[in-house]
Amino acid sequence: MIPVAFDYERAGSAAEALAMLAEHGDEAKLLAGGHSLLPMMKLRLAYPSVLIDIGRLDDLSYVRDAGDHLAIGALTKHRQIETSDLVQEHAPLLAHTTSQVGDPQVRHRGTIGGSLAHADSAADHPATLLSMGGSVVVSGTSGERVVPATELFAGFLESSLEPTEMITEVRIPKYTGSGWSFQKLNRRAQDWAIVGVSAQRVNGSAQVALVNMHPTPIRATAVEEALESGASASDAADLAHVGMEPSSDLNASVEFRQHLARVLVKRALDEAGLG
Amino acid sequence: MAWKDDSQGLFVEISVEVNGVSHTHDVEPRTLLVHYIREVVGLTGTNIGCDTSSCGACTIHVNGEAVKSCTMLAVQADGQSLKTIEGLADGDEMHPMQKAFMECHALQCGYCTPGMVMASVSLLEEVPDPTEAQVREGLEGNLCRCTGYHNIVKAVLSAAEIPVSVGGGQ
Repeated sequence: MIPVAFDYERAGSAAEALAMLAEHGDEAKLLAGGHSLLPMMKLRLAYPSVLIDIGRLDDLSYVRDAGDHLAIGALTKHRQIETSDLVQEHAPLLAHTTSQVGDPQVRHRGTIGGSLAHADSAADHPATLLSMGGSVVVSGTSGERVVPATELFAGFLESSLEPTEMITEVRIPKYTGSGWSFQKLNRRAQDWAIVGVSAQRVNGSAQVALVNMHPTPIRATAVEEALESGASASDAADLAHVGMEPSSDLNASVEFRQHLARVLVKRALDEAGLG
Repeated sequence: MAWKDDSQGLFVEISVEVNGVSHTHDVEPRTLLVHYIREVVGLTGTNIGCDTSSCGACTIHVNGEAVKSCTMLAVQADGQSLKTIEGLADGDEMHPMQKAFMECHALQCGYCTPGMVMASVSLLEEVPDPTEAQVREGLEGNLCRCTGYHNIVKAVLSAAEIPVSVGGGQ
């Protein structure tokens, strides 16, 4: 499978990438590790006329201790994140989730910024960012803005970024040591989750997010509200499907996904000690 | 950095080192790395299996790390150091992983084998002293449709010089 022909430009800096985006607008796509974009281009589900390669912007590949949060460069590869001492200490849920993304070869190439910008409901990182209360730094030609995870995912495979913006940093509040869990069910080790759950206690409240249960990555607010008002983990997990619009595909019917969400949320709440 | 050739479209010049040998070619930006390696460089040991970054048959090393060359553009490899299955042996002397695959009969049809060997070498670089479970997890990106995983796991443990006590059966 070969992508549709495109023009190729390589950015030497984030500023240069933004200038290229400003020039080409929504005709262009940014190429980081390429492990979401290239498969879609090979299937010809995506056919940008310009690819702007940002894969060599090494100054956007880092994990830093920024006081109350970790700052992770958008181009940091999954492999760097899963093996980072800082991430293992201050964001163990992220370290674990990252170790579950794809397979070793994918984790050698894929980046956290690329995964989040792709905004795939079936991917592991968006739900994890939601449950950790994380945010991203978005750069555009007119400056930077910080977008909380809850405002990042706008629609099916659609982020709230403007065509001329790019994610430059991911911010994760430091883990306070009060419970986390990541659960996913897939048919083969490397597959996307049929349904997944990411849960963590943040500032005393349970934050639960679901993978592949809705057109967008999404917080399970019915579960969270039930826990907040004192429901047991079991009763709260029974609400995991509420408000969700899962799809039906070869792997699972809508009903099976709803069932899985309830089962996996229960497991996540139990493992995390929530509820 | 790119230019148009009226008859053939857009081309970009890339320079890569493959198995220690430098190559410079003009490629279309959409050329996949695996096609470049097989059809331009002429090294056909790297196989194309699923072509969807699932099976791992096309696994090579880019700067020492295993990657799936069907999910990388040749232009992304510009300036990088690549190693393919042809680059593992030292002259006539097979790489320890190749020997272990041979001695443990870690293949049936052999189609997944180049990718399995490259992924296994990368795995031991990162985890030199793996448990059986770590080997199985470390090879999750490589599929063998002959279901020969049992002997593959034995081979990787054997190459790591870990006493093999893998139980019988598949």
